[in-house]
Amino acid sequence: MGKLFFYVALALVVVSGLIFKPEVAELVIHPMDQFNVTSYTSDHVSMFAITNVTVWLGLAVLAVFALMVLGSSRRAIVPSRAQSVAELTYGFIYKMVEDVAGKDGVKFFPYIMTLFMFILMANFLGLIPTSFTTTSHIAVTAVLAALVFFTVTIVGFVKNGVGFLGLFWVSSAPLALRPILAIIELISYFVRPVSHSIRLAGNVMAGHAVLKVFAGFAGALGLFSFLPIFAITAVYALEVLVAFIQAYVFTILTCVYLKDALHPSH
Amino acid sequence: MASNTQDAAHGAAEAAQGSAPGMPQLDFSTFGNQIFWLAIALVAIYLILSRVALPRIAAVLAERQGTITNDLAAAEDLKAKAVEAEDAYNKALADARAEAQRIAADARAEIQVGLDEAIAKADEQIAVKAAESEKAIAEIKAGALESVKEVAADTAEALVSALGGKADAKAIAAAVADRTKG
Amino acid sequence: MEGDIAQLGQFIGAGLAAIGSGAAAIGVGHVAGNFLAGALRNPSAAAGQTATLFIGIAFAEALGIFSFLVALLLMFAV
Repeated sequence: MGKLFFYVALALVVVSGLIFKPEVAELVIHPMDQFNVTSYTSDHVSMFAITNVTVWLGLAVLAVFALMVLGSSRRAIVPSRAQSVAELTYGFIYKMVEDVAGKDGVKFFPYIMTLFMFILMANFLGLIPTSFTTTSHIAVTAVLAALVFFTVTIVGFVKNGVGFLGLFWVSSAPLALRPILAIIELISYFVRPVSHSIRLAGNVMAGHAVLKVFAGFAGALGLFSFLPIFAITAVYALEVLVAFIQAYVFTILTCVYLKDALHPSH
Repeated sequence: MASNTQDAAHGAAEAAQGSAPGMPQLDFSTFGNQIFWLAIALVAIYLILSRVALPRIAAVLAERQGTITNDLAAAEDLKAKAVEAEDAYNKALADARAEAQRIAADARAEIQVGLDEAIAKADEQIAVKAAESEKAIAEIKAGALESVKEVAADTAEALVSALGGKADAKAIAAAVADRTKG
Repeated sequence: MEGDIAQLGQFIGAGLAAIGSGAAAIGVGHVAGNFLAGALRNPSAAAGQTATLFIGIAFAEALGIFSFLVALLLMFAV
């Protein structure tokens, strides 16, 4: 049934491409247009305006609510589908925090779970065609990375006091090398939030831009304007994978940084 | 050239306002808006998760763990009971088998005794019968011998008288006795 | 041919920066390939190291994303 539907849809696309030859000039897709922030209430984006960012952030919150609260509302011993997904996510992140950050990292579990659920849901919602991807914006990911950076730094100093600076003093290296290594370690420590935020935003942005670039090829191909569909399908599948992996990577790096703050032994 | 650079500058200014094709990610005028709504969203998700979802899921998981542990313990109990019952059954079976063997042995012994008695009695009766039969045979034999002697004497007398002789009863008896002896 | 020499430089620069994406692809392939080689030698230890694998891939990929970002900046922002 699904296969038949697929072939019928494919035939329709091919036939429509043959009948309505796309005009080259009209089919200009700018790959970066999808990231525009537009306001619904005013003509310019002020601080408190309702924008498409607001809408899609709200939908991400709703999605988290639907999965984690509505999904688990029956408290069944034998879980329903939604409940077992919620439980799997819980167990996955809990185990990750416990394994990577250690036993005393478990009290940061709700915080890390918040980051993971938000990034995961925002990434997946961004994959809906014509949607707006909040995690593709440096502003959003920079705030997330800065939150992690400040949390980790503050926790490190509160837990270990000045001993946290031992993170930069590589005691296993020869004494002459240590100041140089300390500078390198210090730089890498401050580059962390940059790479942390740009990795997420860059991955998401790159994938979505590539989709639009392939879509833009349709205008130049004339009769064969249906061909990019295959490329877009493949890239879309990759993007689904990337959406999950980037959420996972962001979360596990947060756990790694947290481990450094809790046990700064080099 | 000058107009070109002016155009470029104009384009850059437009890009900064977010109307011309540029990178919307670097349009700093939207940052305040995004960060404001992101903060609200993050706080909302944090509250949802830490107040409602995570404790509930943790409780469900703990409850399930408890149920599984209880069920496993109950299963262990039942298994022990089943083993016990099987032992009792086996013991009862062994007892019953021993009892049956004992009863069978008893019955066999009783039957043996009765059989022996019957055989002894039968032997005795057979012996008696045999003795009687032997006696009867001996009598019959003796009787038959007497008859043979009489017949022989009569025949001899008749033969002698037919031949024209004079039969001496005493001599004939002696001759018959002499002949029948061998 | 329209446009000025600055635009030419932008596009050439963007193209050169895109080479970095290929370099990152080599790096990611190296990480994943070595992980697979190690995992086939000792499959029992592989399950515990998938997190390390993803962290390694993420670090390698981040640099490729940086070069992609430079290309984007040259194309659209400069």
